[in-house]
Amino acid sequence: MSAEVPKIQDYAIIGNGRSAALVSNRGAIDWLCWPRFDSAAIFAAILDPKIGGHWSVRPAQQSNTSRRYIDNTNVLETEFVTASGKIVVTDFMPVTSEEKKRRLLWPEHELVRQIRCQEGEIETMVDFRPRLDYGRTAPNIKNCGKLGWKIDFGTGAFILVSEIELDCFKQSSLGEAAACEALLCKVVLKAGQSVAFSFSYSAEAPAVVPPPGASIAEKLKLTIDWWRSWAGQSKYRGPYQRQVTRSALVLKLLSYGPSGAIVAAPTTSLPEAPGGDLNWDYRFAWLRDAASTVHALFGLGYQDDAKAFVDWLLHATRLTRPELRILYDVFGERAMPERQLSHLSGFAGSRPVRIGNAASGQLQLDVYGEVVEAVSHFIGENEKLDHEMQKMLRQCAEFVCEHWCEPDNGMWEYRDKRRPYTHSRLMCWVALDRILQMNARGQLRKVHTKRCEAERARIREQIEREAWNAKLETYVQAFGGEHVDANALLLTYHGFADASSPRMRQTHARIREKLSRRRGLVYRNERSLELREGAFALCSFWEVDFLARSGRLEEAREIFEAALDFANDVDLFAEEIDPETGDALGNFPQAFTHLGVITAALSLRDAEASAVHLARQSA
Amino acid sequence: MNWSSWLIWGFASTVVLTSILAGSQGIGMTRMNIPYMLGTIFTPDRDRAKFLGFFLHFGNGFAFSLIYVAAFQSLGRSTWWFGALIGLVQALFVLTMLLPILPALHPRMANEQRGPTVVKQLEPPGFLGLHYGIRTPISIIIAHVIFGAILGAFYTMK
Repeated sequence: MSAEVPKIQDYAIIGNGRSAALVSNRGAIDWLCWPRFDSAAIFAAILDPKIGGHWSVRPAQQSNTSRRYIDNTNVLETEFVTASGKIVVTDFMPVTSEEKKRRLLWPEHELVRQIRCQEGEIETMVDFRPRLDYGRTAPNIKNCGKLGWKIDFGTGAFILVSEIELDCFKQSSLGEAAACEALLCKVVLKAGQSVAFSFSYSAEAPAVVPPPGASIAEKLKLTIDWWRSWAGQSKYRGPYQRQVTRSALVLKLLSYGPSGAIVAAPTTSLPEAPGGDLNWDYRFAWLRDAASTVHALFGLGYQDDAKAFVDWLLHATRLTRPELRILYDVFGERAMPERQLSHLSGFAGSRPVRIGNAASGQLQLDVYGEVVEAVSHFIGENEKLDHEMQKMLRQCAEFVCEHWCEPDNGMWEYRDKRRPYTHSRLMCWVALDRILQMNARGQLRKVHTKRCEAERARIREQIEREAWNAKLETYVQAFGGEHVDANALLLTYHGFADASSPRMRQTHARIREKLSRRRGLVYRNERSLELREGAFALCSFWEVDFLARSGRLEEAREIFEAALDFANDVDLFAEEIDPETGDALGNFPQAFTHLGVITAALSLRDAEASAVHLARQSA
Repeated sequence: MNWSSWLIWGFASTVVLTSILAGSQGIGMTRMNIPYMLGTIFTPDRDRAKFLGFFLHFGNGFAFSLIYVAAFQSLGRSTWWFGALIGLVQALFVLTMLLPILPALHPRMANEQRGPTVVKQLEPPGFLGLHYGIRTPISIIIAHVIFGAILGAFYTMK
């Protein structure tokens, strides 16, 4: 095991549908925000190893590490093998059904770490070093005797219950009066022995103080059962089953249970370019992910989760309609304003560290198409639309007809200036197209059909005229532009252009020529090459989808497998991949990328099934 | 005894008491959620406990207002400061006597000496309720003093 600072791909995620923690393959929890995804971090070593705070559990000796999720769960096992023995650290946040919770006293938020010695004898070190408010405040950890260790902070209390004695670490210069800032211990475990810790957060009193011992084992069993039961609801049977299941489990971890929102990632400011300033806070829900989220959840058979997400979508957008914000917090409120945390050094020195996201104030016209398509997926061809949904769709139609030709910030959220992005126009076309389809099926009434049809035709005509660059023989990023953008592949995904059309074939060839430097990796556009960003992982799965729709199935599989090789050892993806080193870049794990895995797998499965069907018919 | 006056002002003062205690949790003065604490005597279900506990606490406040009114009647005076004084005495009794012995009465509350068990997992309030935040006693005193002052000021003697 390397002694260096962990890379992004060295992390794995655990969570409970309220918040998430990142656990490194060194056995350290380096990121945890409680009580919500966008709350202040209590462990933030991933953004500053010195002052961010961490909770590490590892052997005192040099060790080799491997890890895995227990099959079809989000329970993580990290195995440390040393010259003298082997320990397994099991990390999870307890979850179970609401019905079972009603019969049990469980903390509002809990993280459990269990260390089991499986072979030999190992001296294990525990270093519990929380830092409040993104490392700005050293805690005063109070010894509450048999009720564990407690940290009061603001309106909440953190409680650590340990099965072994812990020693208080104080700043030596301040003497006995100094506050206890960390808890440390060394324990020798022999084969068959185990110790466990429960760390919990309560916003109200009386807090639940979990008892050590048997209750931990019961929670582990309930948690494994719950995740397996959830994973077992998937109806997906097709290629890359393991990766699709893991992607679904990641999506579930990133969904906020009480509202149904899905955050883009559980982290902030993991850099898109090493050492650079492309560091953003992704702990919010983007409307952009709406259509692919509903498509993926439905495609896998998670109707309840899709419904919860659409309910959140309707709730979140209610107050601002007909205008839609780009992103919302988990309860549908405006995301916090963007600020910089200058006291943190950033991941691998990548500064600034930002919290909040200024993209919330941008104009991004594509979100209308995303929302309308999400609803269209959700209701299918036979379901009825209720009054509220019909009203929202009519408002979207009017807004799109009025504003589609305005320049905007586009899906990549460029902050320099607004441009007439092709993708934004495409999604406006999608909005009107799906609204007209729902109207034709009798699902949506009182639509200005003639106006919508006229504007839809105008958008198509403009895309074909202004977005097509005859010299480069490709659809370009913005009208009249010369830059290639991988999102042009979505013209096929959204049904605007046929994958086998000459223009799409030429566009794909140009994307591969200009944006793919390594098999399985695609940059989002030429600008990202200039900015030294990594390849955008989602774009690889767009290419797979495109190839599957083109009928180039073997090639689709090749690209899919090449792209999947860039996942980490537990099948997790960040936003981007460094084409030279293969390192993960950007926030981690990323919902958008995992949605891409699922969407591409669904397309490939369907395309392969069609091919088999056709082959049988011709035989 | 003026029953109609007790009904009106007993109800009003209990509404204010409940609101102050809930509000002091909302603004971060204390973590103490009295409905949750009372409701968990009967059920471990967090939502049901809060629902049940709200009515318990409200009924409790209403019943206590009867004792205040009885005190006013027996001494023949009902003023805001006298009501506030009784409120202060009640708050001190709750903080110094009732809360520390609560683990012995509450079936799901852990004991500081023995620690949590599978059945008893709720954090005990400790002396003056300080385990629930250092400003917990202040919120309890303020709520009870205002409760008594409202009753004392508005209850009309018969």
